[in-house]
Amino acid sequence: MSIAVETFEEPYEPALVADAGPAPKQIVVAYGFWIFLLSDIVMFSALFASYAVLVNATDGGPTGAQLFNQTRVAIETACLLLSSYACGLMSLAIRSQHRLGTYVGAAITFVLGAAFLELELQEFASMAAAGATPQRSAFLSAFFTLVGCHGLHVTIGLLWLVVMMAQVAARGYRATVVRRLFCFSMFWHTLDIIWVGIFSVVYLIGSLA
Amino acid sequence: MNLLGKLSWNVIPFDQPIPLLASALMVFAILLILLWITVRGHWPYLWREWLTSVDHKRIGVMYCVLGLVMLLRGFTDAIMMRSQQALAAGGAQGYLPPEHYDQIFSAHGVIMIFFMAMPMMIGLMNFAVPLQLGVRDVAFPTLNSVSLWLTASGVLLTNLSLFIGEFAKTGWMNYPPLSELQYSPGVGPDYYLWALQISGIGTLMTGINFVTTILKIRAPGMRYMRMPVFCWTALATNLLIVAAFPVLTAAFAMLLLDRYLGFHFFTVDGQGNMMMYVNLFWVWGHPEVYILVLPAFGIFSEVVATFSGKPLFGYRSMVAATMAICILSFLVWLHHFFTMGAGANVNAVFGIMSMIIAVPTGVKIFNWLFTMYAGRVRFQVPILWSIGFMVTFAIGGMTGVLLAVPPADFVLHNSLFLIAHFHNVIIGGVFFGAMAGYNYWFPKAFGFRLNERWGAGAFWCWFVGFYLAFMPLYVLGLMGMTRRMQHYDNLSWQPWLMVAAFGALVILAGIVCQIVQLIVSIRDRDALRDTTGDPWNGRTLEWSTASPPPPWNYAVLPRVEGVDAFWIQKRRARLGQPASVGPPGYEPIEMPKNSPTGFIIAFFAVVTGFALIWHIWWMAIIGAIGAFVTLLFFAFRETEEIEIPAAEVARADRAYQTGAAG
Repeated sequence: MSIAVETFEEPYEPALVADAGPAPKQIVVAYGFWIFLLSDIVMFSALFASYAVLVNATDGGPTGAQLFNQTRVAIETACLLLSSYACGLMSLAIRSQHRLGTYVGAAITFVLGAAFLELELQEFASMAAAGATPQRSAFLSAFFTLVGCHGLHVTIGLLWLVVMMAQVAARGYRATVVRRLFCFSMFWHTLDIIWVGIFSVVYLIGSLA
Repeated sequence: MNLLGKLSWNVIPFDQPIPLLASALMVFAILLILLWITVRGHWPYLWREWLTSVDHKRIGVMYCVLGLVMLLRGFTDAIMMRSQQALAAGGAQGYLPPEHYDQIFSAHGVIMIFFMAMPMMIGLMNFAVPLQLGVRDVAFPTLNSVSLWLTASGVLLTNLSLFIGEFAKTGWMNYPPLSELQYSPGVGPDYYLWALQISGIGTLMTGINFVTTILKIRAPGMRYMRMPVFCWTALATNLLIVAAFPVLTAAFAMLLLDRYLGFHFFTVDGQGNMMMYVNLFWVWGHPEVYILVLPAFGIFSEVVATFSGKPLFGYRSMVAATMAICILSFLVWLHHFFTMGAGANVNAVFGIMSMIIAVPTGVKIFNWLFTMYAGRVRFQVPILWSIGFMVTFAIGGMTGVLLAVPPADFVLHNSLFLIAHFHNVIIGGVFFGAMAGYNYWFPKAFGFRLNERWGAGAFWCWFVGFYLAFMPLYVLGLMGMTRRMQHYDNLSWQPWLMVAAFGALVILAGIVCQIVQLIVSIRDRDALRDTTGDPWNGRTLEWSTASPPPPWNYAVLPRVEGVDAFWIQKRRARLGQPASVGPPGYEPIEMPKNSPTGFIIAFFAVVTGFALIWHIWWMAIIGAIGAFVTLLFFAFRETEEIEIPAAEVARADRAYQTGAAG
């Protein structure tokens, strides 16, 4: 019969993920947070581009090579990377719902992150003391904004970590709490990636010049 | 220390009757509405069902209401500019002093782009996309509510500037060095920057939300190549939002640092680079053009296919063209300032890229034409807007290709020719699209159709009015008239400007028709009632549920078997074939719980924004802490979802089935 033509049977296709319907909440949340992180990276890329445009616009003021202290930056980098490592250990503890491991991992993550921030603030303070404030030149405006924006992200991350530990203490390993911890961990690792960019573009190339 | 920062009685424009009267009228209207709500006792309903709603359909409706109200405000600015320019020739100075006129054209651009076009498009996406995907909500419902209310915060701050202080006098792009503290010491640019920073965060979150929704939350069987074209264009738009808005945020942040802390990003001194702002602005700005127009293209695709009774011609090429535009839109930003002097080669590259982007757009136009070809076109209001769009947008596109030729652009840059061009594509593309979508989805949102005659009247007034208002501007541009002139000496321009002003009056008649259409339709709602849920003989899934849909959209998630999923279901039923989904076995549905988080965070955002504009530092700190504490309350809330019992789902679904059958 001619109706057979109209049955809309499609040729056999292997089952696709799309055929299963909406993705589970865990996937949706992680995916959405990924998209947010990508947009954050786009924002940083605009700051990187501005820095690259203004890096030589020193207006007779100090240059990067005169200001940057390699040793301090190296220690900063070590703190941040080790903090991320501790964050990874914390994630493992969360997966096995190990309370003590979670708290210890979070504490190490926090202390190393705070140490990074302290060193960065010392750097800013010493530069300001030498008259190298962001108001001095366009180069310094771009430097303080790019590095400071990363520092602001680290600060927000530390605050977030404290809130998350309060949530673990109050609510335990609920699905929402675990999802948020997972997002925090992605956030913390992304800050590493951005720091690697800052380390290379600002401090390494800056000291070479 | 002054506790109120820069705020004092002097900032209220007592000496300027026009803004004072306008803001008094606005305050009066708002008070009247609030009074009416209070007297009728609607507050609990409003708070429970709308202000705290996380339902994507309600959020969509509220976005559209916001956009339509702001259309009135933006159009008021427009008609003031048109009348001023019609009058202020030669010795006559018109009725608007320069410092006021400058605020009007800046506010007009900001309001129309950010607070009319954006909310309309985001509202229609909010309303239709989850329905078209065959699912119950967006990925992050509470975040969606936060987005809406942050946009409303930006609207509120912008409108506050009418009464308290002043708005930017720098044009809608707010270019430095004019917008730097040195040349604009007032609060105008601060209103601009904080309003757009706050609403921009809302828009970015919308982008994240919808990319995630479209890529991760679709009905079973809804593969990518089965998604309605509107979902595809929504995907492209939201990808553009995610990739472009952070650049705007960064550019505005730099300008704010310049203005507040004396940084030197774009200043004349300290070796700042003002052209960097222009570049960053348009790296966002050109994708923004497509953020606005791509959803409109999607609406036209749905409307043209539905009202021609045919599947969309060239579905795959439509998808390809959409995604091509999505990528190409990031490669043309420099054509907004060929006159920067980047050199012949750079200008040539961007000129050629700009012309290439006309190719996928042309593909789309032909697809729509071929869809209509040999179709049984029903000339109802949505397709009137669509046909009007095709004619108008083609003209606007061609003048755009003209402007993409760098030598021609050097002559036409910042002339009224440019103004005519972008109004030609934004009114003809975005606004006509918004109106097509408004008339098309209104019965789905409220359960009754809009009046056809007043709708057609609105269309014809807008269509004719548009040509009368903007074709003269092309001529004036070629005659050498530049944009943003409060007064001019060349009397040969005046007749053309009078025609343009008359065109604005015809558009005003169109707006009046729209208001009457809404009132008449609400009055006659019983006669216009649609019980089938499918008033237009639709093709996509949103028409396969009740109008208005229940909060959970679908009693049972539909099973999608191809493009035009609902059309396939209807053909099956007509041919007596069994439906692919059996008789529904109703199950309880988990829905996200309403939350005041968005509204309260937006309240604190307004407090913070206002405080920062006026340098009231203690208040800014309180606002920021308030927003953070609200977020904490949200993070620690006990229940996140409510369960709709199966019996209630079944009752609603049976009521709809009965109505559809009757």
